[in-house]
Amino acid sequence: MAAPLAKSPAAPRTSAPAANGSTRRNQRGAATLFMAPFFVLFAAVTLAPIGYAAYMSLYREESSGLGFGGTERVFAGLGNFTEALTDEAFLRSFGNIAIYCLIYIPIMIGGALALALLVDSAIARAKRFFQIAYYLPHAVPGLVGSMIWLYLYTPGLSPITDTLSTLGSDWNFFGKDEALYSVINVSAWQWIGYNMIIFYAGLQAIPRETLEAATVDGAGALRTALRIKIPMIRSTVVLTVLFTCVGAIQLFDAPKLVQLRAAEMGEDWSPTMFIYKAAFMGHDYGLAAAASLLLALIAGVLSFVVTKIGNRWKES
Amino acid sequence: MSTHTAPPVAEAAKTDSPAATEPRAVIKPRRPRRPRQLTSKIIVNGVLIFFAFYTLMPLTWLVIASTKSYRDLFATNPFAIGDFDFFHNLSELFAYNDGIYLRWLGNSVIYTVVGTLLSTLISVACGYAFAKYHFRGKEKLFAVVLLGILVPSTVTALPLYLLASEVGLVNTYWAVLLPSLVNPFGVYLSRVFSEGYVPGEVLEAARMDGAGELRTFLKVSLPMLAPGFMTVFLFTFTASWNNFYTSLMMLNDEELYPVNLGLYAWMKSVYQHPELYPLVIIGSLVAVVPLIAAFLSLQRFWRSGLTAGAVK
Repeated sequence: MAAPLAKSPAAPRTSAPAANGSTRRNQRGAATLFMAPFFVLFAAVTLAPIGYAAYMSLYREESSGLGFGGTERVFAGLGNFTEALTDEAFLRSFGNIAIYCLIYIPIMIGGALALALLVDSAIARAKRFFQIAYYLPHAVPGLVGSMIWLYLYTPGLSPITDTLSTLGSDWNFFGKDEALYSVINVSAWQWIGYNMIIFYAGLQAIPRETLEAATVDGAGALRTALRIKIPMIRSTVVLTVLFTCVGAIQLFDAPKLVQLRAAEMGEDWSPTMFIYKAAFMGHDYGLAAAASLLLALIAGVLSFVVTKIGNRWKES
Repeated sequence: MSTHTAPPVAEAAKTDSPAATEPRAVIKPRRPRRPRQLTSKIIVNGVLIFFAFYTLMPLTWLVIASTKSYRDLFATNPFAIGDFDFFHNLSELFAYNDGIYLRWLGNSVIYTVVGTLLSTLISVACGYAFAKYHFRGKEKLFAVVLLGILVPSTVTALPLYLLASEVGLVNTYWAVLLPSLVNPFGVYLSRVFSEGYVPGEVLEAARMDGAGELRTFLKVSLPMLAPGFMTVFLFTFTASWNNFYTSLMMLNDEELYPVNLGLYAWMKSVYQHPELYPLVIIGSLVAVVPLIAAFLSLQRFWRSGLTAGAVK
């Protein structure tokens, strides 16, 4: 990869070590050269869109005349923001995410932690195999993973629905209430192994002497796990929970897919779905831009909290 | 916030060095084996096997289902192997609609592999400059990068779409590629890696020998940064192959779709065109296998990248 870029041996020779001033100028030039691509692109694809969204969010498209004259851009002030904040669907989408988090996080984090502790325990076999098996779903692109599960939820195709019906259950994965669990299951499948590996790495870093001391003091495996291992990786767990929240607020792929069959969820089940719907089905760009900014604000605050807490843990 | 420069990643990388990943010498009290221990052994390993079943079952199903004809897909037991139609399905997949699937695969390679390579190079160069050069306003500039980490790309996707449609970039390769080149977290990681892996003395020596800054970066620093480069690469790669939202917004033209968007389009029309059922299945398999192969062969890097991210 370095090959095409390595054609500069002639140039630098002139600017050899000699004068200190020219070296410094060289360094400033090099720093600019190295940083420019990132910052130019960053301005184009992150800062400019935010600015543009801010501008868009202040305007509303209104049809002029009797609807024959096309649309007209009208200044709306904070109208789009109040519209978003009073839009029942928008608020409901945050409610959905809140419920999702309430169920998903304990299951996923608890599961990942339990698995990490079990694999870490002395009596587990084939540790390497289990780690790979648990992590494998994460190597599947998120959308494809959701799609596989969508098939697995479909009666007639799925071994799961077959088994459930032989057991006499008529669980409908696409039902109004059940759809939430269908989404949660897809997320859990994709993320449990990922977080398990992180926790496992944390557990592996616990000094051996600490664990030995516990054993000498007569603590059994379970007690060691609960009293020593978990507290020692507490910071990792807290961080993972916060990262999961930041991810949850942007949830799109899994509910979008499940919604293909579970129509009752609505096209605006999650905040990102709401924005997508407002922009591409309602063609209300002002509202969508305002909702995007609100979501950016919430996501930004959340990740700020994550970083802060992360730093606090790191320092302590 | 600008005190972010401590080397937590180096720490994480340490815990992940081969020595540490090997299971520690197992602490086992030397007691005669009792039946109780046998029971707990069975329980522990049983739970682990059960979970492995949960994570592997969908993939197993995918493999088996991809060997079935459309009829068998619905007619036979999901885990039974019907008529072995695998190669028929495969040729159908690549023949359908003038081989559009192959085109999607190619697009995915462009979006993920090319995009990720460029993006990583851009991030590493920038992070390296943050670590190794001194100039005024550096920490302020770095704060901007950190700000970029706080705003997830899903959130800027819609304004980006609106902006792209203003300048006429919608429905081009650039619409998907350009946003994927920017990775503030990669810059952050690269700065940390550069501080840890490239000693200032080595740079001084290279300068003394008359190497220019660009040459020093490419020939001296970049090789030293290889593990960091790999970590950032895999990180960006994961993000970009998972990125469905951007391409969903930016692309209308089927010819430009990456694989996952193409499969989604098929999935949506499967009601009207039931013949697409087996194609979606085998298409998913074909999309997943190379990634799993890559994952298995690059596991070590993957793991260190993962933990580096977690300890952030």
